[in-house]
Amino acid sequence: MIAPVDISKRAPTIYEQMVSRGVSRRDFMKFCAWMSAYLGLRNTGVSQIAKALETRRRIPVVWMHFQECTCCSESFIRSSHPIVADILLDKVSLDYTETLQAAAGHQAEEILQDTITKYKGEYLMLVEGSVPLGADGVYCVVGGKSAVDTVHEVAAGAKAIIAWGNCACAGCVQAANPNPTRATPINAIIKDKPIVNVQGCPPIAEVMAGVLVHLLAFDRIPQLDHLGRPKAFYSRRVHDTCYRRPNYDAGLFVESFDDENAKKGYCLYKVGCRGPTTYNSCGVIRWNNGTSYPIQSGHPCIGCSEAQFWDNGPFYQRIANFPGFGIESTADQIGMTLGGITVAGLAVHAAMTNVRKRHEIGEQPGENAEAAEKSNQEADKGGAS
Amino acid sequence: MNQPRNFIRVYVWELPVRLTHWINAACIVVLGVTGYLIAHPPGYMTATEASFGYWFGIVRFTHFVAAYTFVVALVFRIYWAFVGNKFARWRSFVLLTPKEWKEAVRVAKIEIFQVSDETIEPLGHNAVSSFTYAVLFLLALFQVISGFGLYAAMSHGWMPGLFSWVMPLFGSEQTLRSFHYAANWLFILFTVVHVYMVFYTDYVDGHGGLSGIISGWKFMDKRETAVPVASQSVPPAK
Repeated sequence: MIAPVDISKRAPTIYEQMVSRGVSRRDFMKFCAWMSAYLGLRNTGVSQIAKALETRRRIPVVWMHFQECTCCSESFIRSSHPIVADILLDKVSLDYTETLQAAAGHQAEEILQDTITKYKGEYLMLVEGSVPLGADGVYCVVGGKSAVDTVHEVAAGAKAIIAWGNCACAGCVQAANPNPTRATPINAIIKDKPIVNVQGCPPIAEVMAGVLVHLLAFDRIPQLDHLGRPKAFYSRRVHDTCYRRPNYDAGLFVESFDDENAKKGYCLYKVGCRGPTTYNSCGVIRWNNGTSYPIQSGHPCIGCSEAQFWDNGPFYQRIANFPGFGIESTADQIGMTLGGITVAGLAVHAAMTNVRKRHEIGEQPGENAEAAEKSNQEADKGGAS
Repeated sequence: MNQPRNFIRVYVWELPVRLTHWINAACIVVLGVTGYLIAHPPGYMTATEASFGYWFGIVRFTHFVAAYTFVVALVFRIYWAFVGNKFARWRSFVLLTPKEWKEAVRVAKIEIFQVSDETIEPLGHNAVSSFTYAVLFLLALFQVISGFGLYAAMSHGWMPGLFSWVMPLFGSEQTLRSFHYAANWLFILFTVVHVYMVFYTDYVDGHGGLSGIISGWKFMDKRETAVPVASQSVPPAK
């Protein structure tokens, strides 16, 4: 047990903050073990996390909201372990967030300014929501400033950025075709800061917590994949971790939601499941304290942690509508139409050939088989005699 | 064309060309069929437990094996496009000069629209088919790149790993999958037209194109003033 310290003299560590809020050492260690398991660390990772949280000073955090529905925040505060929410939401670190802060108006904006000037280069910027670039960013204005201006201003002094959810990572529904506000993900606006994309609509609470703990505890960016997502949570497809996967390999599919196969819990591939193209931890961590996830509840995955998932619809159809063509035209319909036209064209061509190329197809002078055979035999005879 | 036709036998398609042609043909059929099955698996009602079946896994496995085979054949064919005979060379597939484009238009007039009575001397490919095969090659390249781009995510092999840059280019795997699947339809269209055209030329010009891709030999109209057959078209000495 760490000796109690007077935390008024210096910025408290995260652990000290927790203790002062009544978290027991036992709960703290449970939390560390839990987090290291989520992050895929070794056994020794537990003590690393514990030590880091005991010794590190609080990292200031600002949580920005732009074009979004706050489902990421909603997901986060439902995290199955209260300490996670405590770390941030009980102001251990969180300095600014539009939806949950007590302050309002000028007071709130002042806190933001204070934080980004006082902790320049030290604070974490968490972003929920995409940024509209259309019409000079007028579609999203907070406190008289457009989202795009705020993003540039806050990102400039940020140590790192966490983009929460599909909005901030890929634009989500507001960036779906035709994207009237030119909703743009953070990684397309800010290029000079490390960005962690925590995908999902919303992301799983434990994933959000895991990423935050990683940043707070180790003070560095977790390993990311080629789309900037933490590998610990997004390296496998929902499909690969799905308990219904054996049905897929065995070719046992739900044909419609009310058939016998659906009751048996067969694979939802043919009713549009996006599990095979979706990278997330739903099959492993699941939702709401590990209760369930969409596929377990009989609903196909809609691919909410992938870019363009709204445009790759309809959700209940295996083959998506083909981009660039009209609604409801899949590659199959286009292919069948082109195929029909081709076959009809070839039939016309074949008929035309027999008319126009008649003179070439028919027997040509000197091509009579019987005559040729006869002349050969005569030649043979001539040769023999 | 009223004088008797006089054909000479000429060696056009070398063995590697014929081999890769048939390997590619087999691969395209297998990939097309399994690809279609992967997109539209047939449904059946059964009481079987999942642990007793693996047919969809086998369909996918077949698709991947055929894909690897296709790539190897493709790479070898590219190599042969630089060392093979005149008819196998890359240059015979690419229309570069205005003259070659004019020839393509002329061939289209003769063979496709049949508005011209001129004749063409297609020992290898004519200008239109050259163009078609060049497009097919690009299409095959796209299928390989998009296919292995999709495959990269579920593989630890170095070869698919070379294609891990593809998916981000398309934004999401589902989008990439849509394109990979749609391209399958272009292969189907190509196959229909290609097979028809082979039958057509064999039917009309008597150069033996249909058997040529098995034996390597084709038949050329020999004229009184015909230039001697190019030395490249003589088969290797036995």
